Amino acid sequence: MTVNAAAILSAVVQGVLVGGLYALFASGLSYMFGVMRLVNLAHGAFAVLAAYATLILAQTAFVGIPDPGPVLIGLLGVVPVIAILGYLLQRYVLQLTLSESPLPSLLVTFGLAIIIENVLLLTQNATPKKLSLGRAVETASIDLGFTQIGVFPLAVLVLAIVLLGGLSLVMARTQFGRLVRAVSDDPATVGLTGANPRHIYGIAAAIAFGLVAIAGIASGVQTNFSPASGGTLLIFAFEAVIIGGLGSLWGTFIGGVILGVVQSVGAAVLTKNYEILVGHIVFLLFLIFLPNGIIRRRVRL
Amino acid sequence: MNDRIPTPTSAVRVAPRIRRFSPASVVGLAVMAALVVLLAVMPYLVPLGTSYQLIDLFVYVILATSWNLLAGFGGMVSIGQQAYIGLGAYGIVVFADLLGLSPLLSIPVVALVAALVAIPISYAAFRLVGGYFAVGTWVIAEICRLVTVQFPQVGAGSGISLQSMNDAFGDRALRIAVGYWAGLVCAVVVIAAVVLLARSRIGLALTAVRDEPIAAATSGVNVVVAKRIVFVVAAAAAGLAGALIPISTGSVQPGSVYSVQWSAFMIFIVIIGGIGSIEGPIIGAVIFWVLKIVLADYGAAYLIGLGVLGVVMVLAAPGGIWGLITMRRRLHLFPIGYRLARRVGAEPPGALGGPVR
Repeated sequence: MTVNAAAILSAVVQGVLVGGLYALFASGLSYMFGVMRLVNLAHGAFAVLAAYATLILAQTAFVGIPDPGPVLIGLLGVVPVIAILGYLLQRYVLQLTLSESPLPSLLVTFGLAIIIENVLLLTQNATPKKLSLGRAVETASIDLGFTQIGVFPLAVLVLAIVLLGGLSLVMARTQFGRLVRAVSDDPATVGLTGANPRHIYGIAAAIAFGLVAIAGIASGVQTNFSPASGGTLLIFAFEAVIIGGLGSLWGTFIGGVILGVVQSVGAAVLTKNYEILVGHIVFLLFLIFLPNGIIRRRVRL
Repeated sequence: MNDRIPTPTSAVRVAPRIRRFSPASVVGLAVMAALVVLLAVMPYLVPLGTSYQLIDLFVYVILATSWNLLAGFGGMVSIGQQAYIGLGAYGIVVFADLLGLSPLLSIPVVALVAALVAIPISYAAFRLVGGYFAVGTWVIAEICRLVTVQFPQVGAGSGISLQSMNDAFGDRALRIAVGYWAGLVCAVVVIAAVVLLARSRIGLALTAVRDEPIAAATSGVNVVVAKRIVFVVAAAAAGLAGALIPISTGSVQPGSVYSVQWSAFMIFIVIIGGIGSIEGPIIGAVIFWVLKIVLADYGAAYLIGLGVLGVVMVLAAPGGIWGLITMRRRLHLFPIGYRLARRVGAEPPGALGGPVR
């Protein structure tokens, strides 16, 4: 088994591109945990739901439109709907589960994941699906000499940087960001100032769900998805969060990129079979030797 | 709160008598002992198919009881117990088929292996808390699955059948009966172990940590040790449940034994039955087992129903069915609590803490 440097370098570049997608997945999970200390076990399921919703729209409502039109218009329709769903879910279901104990919220979100997966299994089927942007967009690439960079994966990476950067700016600089941080620290006191913590939690959930919908659709273009894909997506998002370090959006981005690179290099050096296992094992090593992640930040209690 | 702290007013101060058994738990244990005897002779009374289905019930009882120990007593929500189910199932294949140990003797050996594997895993998993602990355990289960399928000796990705059970018990009826008894013994052992653990110092420590972590810590409770013991015991129990799978079905598939669906089942059973009690998971397991037999043909729709019921239960009746049955009464069919018994005439009424809630 000879692996040359160019192949490794190529794997690293491809891994960085995939890492952008993982970062997008992870940011929603990390954001919800950061604001309301809630780990949404249905995170991956909602990503898959968004991909299916886009697929159905593209195949029914926007059939006549030339590629990549149907998927892009579908995205514009699905992302706000999932975001609103996130708001309602947080406001009227998840809010009831928020307590000292993480148990109720975990049980409810795990239940939601099972419901979504099986509703998709019942209404769609188990066959893997893919979203199509058309040959022109999907095969467009930039030649770097030692490897080719797909234009679409690059666009996803750029989108991830723009969205995470935008969210960081909003959190750091705007009145809304200050409000969210304040609610995250002490909802009762924020309530006294006239703001409604439940509404702010809802908006935070809407942001997280919007991000995961975008990630789910982008992932649906790059790889196959089926009703059962949610679990894998949740695990990747979680690994990126832990590798990057809790409570930091840029840490999450770096975590996503590290996970993508490790998987890609693992697949290149060993075989495709080891891609995911290598990612898991590196995650485990981070957990054991660097439990605070790459970006160390004291987690507020 | 009109309880008075007992002060030694009279010259003769009588120490309170502490009982661990209540009338309910004496009756409860007697009924359960009778039930176990009845279950033991069941293979002679019911059709073979029913015995075979009852093995599933034992598996659910074991899994739910051990998951409840983790989450209900230890506060650790794991969605990765399928790691030990898979290790238990494959362990039977390794010890019985590949190493030539008797299949029945392999069952306790495999549980021990699951426990030993859980010790190093606990050091990694305990770095995470709450929701991240949950996903972390799932990742560990995925690692176990992905490592298992690398070995062609155990059938790699496609699974393998267990030969030694056929060799040891040639007759199908005998094989099912033996699997049945093995399942019954495992279920009784796991329930007994969890009851003993729950009424021990560790159980008391865990309950204290669950209900009032700061007070528990200041009282000198070593939380991490108590949690690690619970984690390891739950892993051994899941290993036992996993061992019963090839013993009863005669084969192992990696996708099925390492499926996260096991965790969904465990959670559902415990939520429906009642988390934090010993009785709840057993009730939940029986309900789940009946539902599964009756509604098995509905597949995905059945799972949607379970999911909806589970979510509604968490929100509306967090104590589950056992919680609804006992409501505000203090009813334990298993002797796990402490109760104060007043000696007649020794103390003025209400002097010792009043009614024990």
